[in-house]
Amino acid sequence: MTPEADFRLRHRHLLGIEPLDADEIRLILDTAESFLEISRRPIKKVPTLRGRTIVNLFMEPSTRTRSSFEIAEKRLSADSLSFSPSSSSVSKGETLLDTARNLEAMAPDMIIIRHASAGAPHLLARICRSNIVNAGDGAHEHPTQALLDAFTMRQKKGKIGGLRVAIVGDITNSRVVRSNLFLLKKLGATVVIGGPPTLLPVGLDRLGVEVKPRIEQALEGCDVVMMLRIQRERMSHGAFPSLREYFNLYGLTEERVRLAKKDVILMHPGPMNRGVEIASEVADGTYSVILDQVTNGVAVRMAVLYLLSGGAAGELAA
Amino acid sequence: MSSSETSPVMDAAKIDRTLSRMAHEILEKNRDLANLVLVGIRTRGVVLAERLARKIRDIEGIEMPVGILDITLYRDDATTIGPHALLKATLIHFPIDGKKVILVDDVLFTGRTIRAALDGIIDFGRPSAIQLAVLVDRGHRELPIRADYVGKNLPTTVEEAVEVSLEEEDGVDAVHIVKPGASTRSEGKQPKKGKR
Repeated sequence: MTPEADFRLRHRHLLGIEPLDADEIRLILDTAESFLEISRRPIKKVPTLRGRTIVNLFMEPSTRTRSSFEIAEKRLSADSLSFSPSSSSVSKGETLLDTARNLEAMAPDMIIIRHASAGAPHLLARICRSNIVNAGDGAHEHPTQALLDAFTMRQKKGKIGGLRVAIVGDITNSRVVRSNLFLLKKLGATVVIGGPPTLLPVGLDRLGVEVKPRIEQALEGCDVVMMLRIQRERMSHGAFPSLREYFNLYGLTEERVRLAKKDVILMHPGPMNRGVEIASEVADGTYSVILDQVTNGVAVRMAVLYLLSGGAAGELAA
Repeated sequence: MSSSETSPVMDAAKIDRTLSRMAHEILEKNRDLANLVLVGIRTRGVVLAERLARKIRDIEGIEMPVGILDITLYRDDATTIGPHALLKATLIHFPIDGKKVILVDDVLFTGRTIRAALDGIIDFGRPSAIQLAVLVDRGHRELPIRADYVGKNLPTTVEEAVEVSLEEEDGVDAVHIVKPGASTRSEGKQPKKGKR
């Protein structure tokens, strides 16, 4: 065992997975392990963040991530308030910078931000004294999603290093993929990417992943399948002819699941489009851990809030 | 290991005899043994709770359930002291409603750890009573808390630290009084600074 003083993050903010090292990722996952137990208690609340104010600034629609953060905050006894685009002054034309400055004037301890533009959390981190947590910025990163995915993989498979993980779907527009890629590579997993060439960004192979345009090739022999949502709104961009055709060529069916290892687990960050990227019977199959992902998401977010509230290593070394 | 210049205030034999006496005291004071549970405070309180449970089994032939409590999330200084200790799970796998809980820790100092532990226990239910057993009471209470079973009363100054080493955690059984800045505990183990 290492001295207690080492158990802390080297960052004040969680802006993405890319800046974290493997030890920090493991620290978050190990800490989340302990928080899982709190959600099984009769009284699901600990007083740890009592008196802390957390602002949930969700400038893009979100149900799962936002409610997951809200529950995590409540179980840690923090005072939290949430903004959505329709209820905030953003709809009255306020810029992000002005919104942030106004929030900052009310001295919150943490700001959780979801924004359609990549880099919005980084902008906040530069001007705010609060700890910033990125809850999804454009097509850039969604670190807590990758952490809860990794937590679920470790829970079901006992490890991450050495796993073969297939990620299939709309890669270009997915922040979940980017965060997962960084995380899985840092912890030593093999990542296979599959999807229509129109939805695969160029230069993917430079990130050290295997690219397989056909879903059958991507699934072969994998331990984990992660299906991504097809963003229907992008249909008009002509990435593929129709939803039906997408399902026929790339949808996860029972027949295709059989190409993976026998004990494969199936993940989906949600929201699912049944009958588009995933067949309904597959989504409800025994290998599906989609709802475990949601449960684990609360524990992982509690761990992130808890660790960030403890301050960064660099600050205290001084 | 334990290259201390000072001799320990308690050695392995003394700790063992003390725990035997405490086990007897627990049995003497509580008549309804079926209703009794032990909860150790991480880390060394857990070791002590397990040893007490073994002694009680040897004396009375009953298995007493032992729970594990991590009070990190309940500390009153959790968000002011900076970096957190590694959080470990609380494991109380039995219902505590209506039970008599004996809380076990190594050192009783300011009483703040116990205050946090009481909050933690109460989040799991409503015990009929909570009693406190500690190996060492070193004084300097900051809260109105006292122990029901005390292994040894150890007069100290506030600046000194009391280090309890236990074989399961530290490779050796010993209690030392440590002057500020010095530690006798084996490498890799950090003394709990200003053990509360």
